[in-house]
Amino acid sequence: MFNLLRAKLREIYLTAIILVIAIAVTFKSADFMTSGNIIEIFNDTSILAMLALGQMLVIITRGIDLSVASNLALTGMIVALMNTQFPELSMVYFIVLAIVVGMALGAINGLLIWKLSLPSIVVTLGTMAIFRGVIFIISNGTWVNSHELSEAFISLPRTVILGFPVLNYFGLATLAAVILFVTYIKSGREIYACGSNPAAAVYTGIDVGKIQCLTFVISGAIAGLCGYLWVARYAVAYVDIANGFELQVVAACVIGGVSIAGGRGSIIGCMLGCLFLGVIKNALPVIGISPFWQMAISGFVIIAAVVLNSKSAGKKKKIILKPQSAALAS
Amino acid sequence: MLNQLKNKSGLFKDKSWEIALLGVAVLVFIFNSLASPYFLDLWNLSDATFNFTEKAIIALPMALLIIGRDIDLSVASIIAICSVAMGLVAQAGGGITLIVLTGMSVGMLAGAINGFLVTYYAIPSIVVTIGTMSLFRGLSYIILGDGVLKDYPDGFSFFGQGYVVGALSFELVFFLVVALLFYLLLHRTVFGRVVFAIGNNPTAAFYSGVAVNRYRFLLFVLVGLASGIASVMLTSRLGSTRPTIALGWELSIITMVVLGGVNILGGSGSILGVVIAVFLMGLVTFGLGLLNVPGIVMSVVIGMMLIGVISIPVLLKKYHARVGAT
Repeated sequence: MFNLLRAKLREIYLTAIILVIAIAVTFKSADFMTSGNIIEIFNDTSILAMLALGQMLVIITRGIDLSVASNLALTGMIVALMNTQFPELSMVYFIVLAIVVGMALGAINGLLIWKLSLPSIVVTLGTMAIFRGVIFIISNGTWVNSHELSEAFISLPRTVILGFPVLNYFGLATLAAVILFVTYIKSGREIYACGSNPAAAVYTGIDVGKIQCLTFVISGAIAGLCGYLWVARYAVAYVDIANGFELQVVAACVIGGVSIAGGRGSIIGCMLGCLFLGVIKNALPVIGISPFWQMAISGFVIIAAVVLNSKSAGKKKKIILKPQSAALAS
Repeated sequence: MLNQLKNKSGLFKDKSWEIALLGVAVLVFIFNSLASPYFLDLWNLSDATFNFTEKAIIALPMALLIIGRDIDLSVASIIAICSVAMGLVAQAGGGITLIVLTGMSVGMLAGAINGFLVTYYAIPSIVVTIGTMSLFRGLSYIILGDGVLKDYPDGFSFFGQGYVVGALSFELVFFLVVALLFYLLLHRTVFGRVVFAIGNNPTAAFYSGVAVNRYRFLLFVLVGLASGIASVMLTSRLGSTRPTIALGWELSIITMVVLGGVNILGGSGSILGVVIAVFLMGLVTFGLGLLNVPGIVMSVVIGMMLIGVISIPVLLKKYHARVGAT
């Protein structure tokens, strides 16, 4: 029991911190903990959580996907432009299109990283700029505004079913799919093997590059779906949507305890990381702090989270690798 | 026969990347001068250098940092926080010397924060600098909001707009001098050898008596200082400070370094390569600018250059392996 608690220490801490913040803010303003606002927080956090799930898979295999926000924006623009051309088409087509386009963009990253063994940070730094630029080229820098989009296109994520907007169900479906993937699917289990010890993974017959490529394709597919959801939710598509959002996605993972060195990361932690950022974002205006503070706070939280994490990781390591960890700490 | 070929390619291997880059740069230069009648103009060319000298000054220490297996994604945010600090000093009536010293010391302080977090807590530098990237930029937003600082004294404009001789700008001269210093530092001193040693095998370097973390810390401070200096120049050139200053610059700076042949995984690279890459990127963006290509499309070209440049050696190696096998 004690061991179980210790293994879940980070999740417990995070939950406690989130609750403390939520309760403290409720004292300041009673509206914060109402069901309406809580649904609003979930709604605000859904897209971040979906992207973070994809990013988590990538980071566990020792990669990083900095192109998710650009992928989201490009796919969003493509879907929006298609909608202006074919407003009568059923929504199913647009959702499938978004997933396929996102998947293809993710596959570009994945194949470069797998087939040419290129470092993911450089590849996705490059595709981040390329995808963003391509939006400008296909849209000529113009905006697709809400009146040009079909009614069904815009209203789908906001339609309320059983008290929750459809956007939340997309989030839950992605969550369920990722849980199934890492728990029951062979490649999903292999992700952890690739991240914790790639050399050993090769000897057990895992194609590490292929698994890495797979995680980028999944991350891309999720980013594509989020592209549709983002454009529909805000009812506008232009070059700069979600600019810099990739950092929040990586931040949510890091806060949730996904190790950037690979091999470690839980879905619960990742979700708590997203919820944490979501609660902060919603709490700031309630307690009267200017939104300009948000960026610095999330930066500070990322650093605090990894510093706390590094200390706990250091303790475990010391038993096996005393000289080296002592050297690194000095 | 095969061995001979291998030896021969080994002879050229040292400088082959730089030679290839130089070749491409010359081609771009010729193409530009044919494509636009305004290209071959002394003042136009001089003007064009302003677009990259500030980034290039950061690219030099960044090359050392990447060779030593670290990376700093927070450089553009350091520029912002330095610029805000300088703006506040200027607003309070500080003189030029004080403003410049403020920029440089805030940069060093920011670099020291990165270096401390990376070395003391043994956190991967990419995570630390993603965090400080938000933190430093966020602090600039907190201080300035949507405001602007522009009370800079008259003489301050020299650093970003002044000329030393004729069309030779202060920024360009400064970059060339710093490039020479970094060349000597990396390729002619013990410090440089140690950076390569750390990049090739930090554990081995540690066991051969190198204070690995002290060097890594110093490199972060150096990158911070360079960002502070770049901030002085950029602020002086623009004459104002907004929190969005230098947004997204880390991409072009890292592209310069990688394009210059520095291995992103650490262990190899040269200052000469980085300097040629800097001019190549300057030529490409200037040429595209003359052809009225918008900035966002240029970033497509830069992104493709970045990926293309790291793929080419791998593809060549694969091709050679296939040829060798048959």
